[in-house]
Amino acid sequence: MSVRPNARPAGHKPPFWRDRAKRALVFQLLLTAAVAVFLLYIVGNVQDNLSARGITTGFGFLNNTAGFGIVQSLIDYSSQATYGRTFLVGLLNTLLVGGLGVLAATLIGFIVGIARLSPNWLLARMATAYIETFRNIPLLLQIFFWYFAVLRALPSARDSMAFGEVIFLNVRGLYLPEPLFESGFGLIPAAFIVAIGASIALCVWNKRRQEATGKRIPAGWISLVLILGLPLLITVATGVPITWDVPELRGFNFRGGFTVIPEFLALWMALSIYTAAFIAEIVRSGIQAISHGQTEAAQALSLPRNLVLRLVVIPQALRVIIPPLTSQYLNLIKNSSLATAIGYPDLVSVFAGTTLNQTGQAIEVIAMTMAVYLTISLLVSMFMNWFNARVALVER
Amino acid sequence: MIHNKTMIDQRPAPSNTLGPVAWLRANLFSGPLNTLFTLVGLYVLYLLLVPTIQWAFINADWIGTTRADCSREGACWVFVNARFTQFIYGLYPRSEIWRANIVFGGFFTLIAWLAIPRLPFKRWVAVFALVGFPIAAYVLLHGGYFDLPRVPTHRWGGLMLTLLLASIGMIGALPIGIVLALGRRSNMPIVKSFCVIFIEFWRGVPLITVLFMASVMLPLFLPSGISVDRLVRALIGLTLFQSAYMAEVIRGGLQAIPKGQEEAAAALGMSYWKRMGLIVLPQALKMMIPGIVNTFISLFKDTTLVMIIGLFDLLGIVQAALSDSNWLGFSLEGYVFAAFVFWIFCFSMSRYSQYLERKLNTGHKR
Repeated sequence: MSVRPNARPAGHKPPFWRDRAKRALVFQLLLTAAVAVFLLYIVGNVQDNLSARGITTGFGFLNNTAGFGIVQSLIDYSSQATYGRTFLVGLLNTLLVGGLGVLAATLIGFIVGIARLSPNWLLARMATAYIETFRNIPLLLQIFFWYFAVLRALPSARDSMAFGEVIFLNVRGLYLPEPLFESGFGLIPAAFIVAIGASIALCVWNKRRQEATGKRIPAGWISLVLILGLPLLITVATGVPITWDVPELRGFNFRGGFTVIPEFLALWMALSIYTAAFIAEIVRSGIQAISHGQTEAAQALSLPRNLVLRLVVIPQALRVIIPPLTSQYLNLIKNSSLATAIGYPDLVSVFAGTTLNQTGQAIEVIAMTMAVYLTISLLVSMFMNWFNARVALVER
Repeated sequence: MIHNKTMIDQRPAPSNTLGPVAWLRANLFSGPLNTLFTLVGLYVLYLLLVPTIQWAFINADWIGTTRADCSREGACWVFVNARFTQFIYGLYPRSEIWRANIVFGGFFTLIAWLAIPRLPFKRWVAVFALVGFPIAAYVLLHGGYFDLPRVPTHRWGGLMLTLLLASIGMIGALPIGIVLALGRRSNMPIVKSFCVIFIEFWRGVPLITVLFMASVMLPLFLPSGISVDRLVRALIGLTLFQSAYMAEVIRGGLQAIPKGQEEAAAALGMSYWKRMGLIVLPQALKMMIPGIVNTFISLFKDTTLVMIIGLFDLLGIVQAALSDSNWLGFSLEGYVFAAFVFWIFCFSMSRYSQYLERKLNTGHKR
């Protein structure tokens, strides 16, 4: 035991390049220096190139007049507005199509995902066919299909397709009746909010009562009646303070009502249908991930089938479903940037497209555009981490 | 006690559990709700399939060279027929197409070799596919060597360009992704934070802004006087974007390897690179193949975005052909053809990845 040929005399230190901590330090310093040199090199090149082209850097251009119109905007916008306003319009349009896309994709995705697990052979096969068709075709191709092959091929305004003489669909878009709110309308949303508050209070009370006494009332149904009924009641009581502005064909085009531009329709449909195929797979695998033992144990406790689903399967499946689901939502919002290919005025289209071409401020424009998407991504991943920490299984 | 010494003859199953009628009853008409679903489903199928089949097959025109050969009652596949060479090879000179064909042949042979489990020498074939073949393909396609006439990259297009962008993006992203994944799991805080920032940045922005950046900002980053080919710019953007996604797939694979493997290797006195290169990565890479195939599928679909920065991939060339004044009004045929090609590729790849997952999965499932 005492013979150790490699034994070093006490107090002898290995040379510093054999010390792991020092080696790591040196390596990291070198890496930092390399990255810094690389960045400085790029910054220097950019400065040279910009001065050669006579472009001044900075965000001053945001106050200049844009001088171009935008076909759809949620806030007041005219061609006299500034580039800063353009940015805002684009951002809101991105959020609009992203938000509505998330809603529609979730709805279709859950229906198709559950249909895929249906005991009905035909229904399950149709759901599979839907998933395999739409997720294996590039999204841009689907957007083109809906826009150029479907919506652009619709009849002109004179021969538009009418649905009940109030909704019209033609090559220029979808014309919907627009609600006009009269005085006294403010009570209806107020009633809605009151009903939601009351429902939450009812559910909390019901849960406490159940934990204390074991008795419960059907709070879900009562809440539903409350949330739907109270605003309806107020509407009738105030004498229906809504009139509808129905679109009407005058000359070559429709007047009045509310127009949904075909670019929005195409993008929204393509995004929802494409993302729904992925969400359906996530829902299916989430439900299948719950082991049979869980269902069998719940049945052994003689829970009825709806309670097995509600109290045992769905809470556990959601834990599996929600992380990939949020990343699909993020994908949908990022994919909405394909709007630029068909001219829907989203952030990339009006800002990184038109504004960039007009001002030549490539660095600022691309940086602002990327910052928007990065912020959305970071917010969603922060939510994800919070959610994961909340629902994580508490183990020993 | 009564002992039954003889076996009772096997009796057939009850007649109401056998045969097509029983199958129909169990799977399609097992209750009022199920019956309703089946009937509605059949009606929807009837509404969808009958007009589609009539349009695409029964009333379609297949033979001819000009639009006059189309009756316009159904699909006009003459359009796709007339443009087929362009859809596959882009504007590659007709006399040089044999070069593209050789590359196509080599590409599919290598893929098949790697995908079929029985074939030998996987490792050497993989090395050739990742290193030797891209160089050979570049020499052959671009020309300028061995008396081959030069074909500038702006004439490359169609399916050839789509496959090229996806494969080169993939091959470039693999090593960067491995380095990033190892860096993200490193104990060194600065290395780790660089890798995290890099990965999260590319994963947080849409590919289209990356391509815009590559096409608009890359020329600003380089010293003046150096211009980069448009195709190369797109490739740089695609590769950086893809490498971040690849890094996450590889990190997932690395996490699946038990820590004991690396610790055992460390106990044997192996250095970091030996532990990774000989013990951890070979095990992890095998488990990552399904994930890598899945990211390849999304990259393959995402290459369509290069048409926005002016390259003519399969979708780009179809879109360009649609605006030809001789062939106006055939957008449906063009999109259906492109969708069919993309679908074949993506579907077969996803089936392959599912097959691999089943092969590698030894979990307990019922």
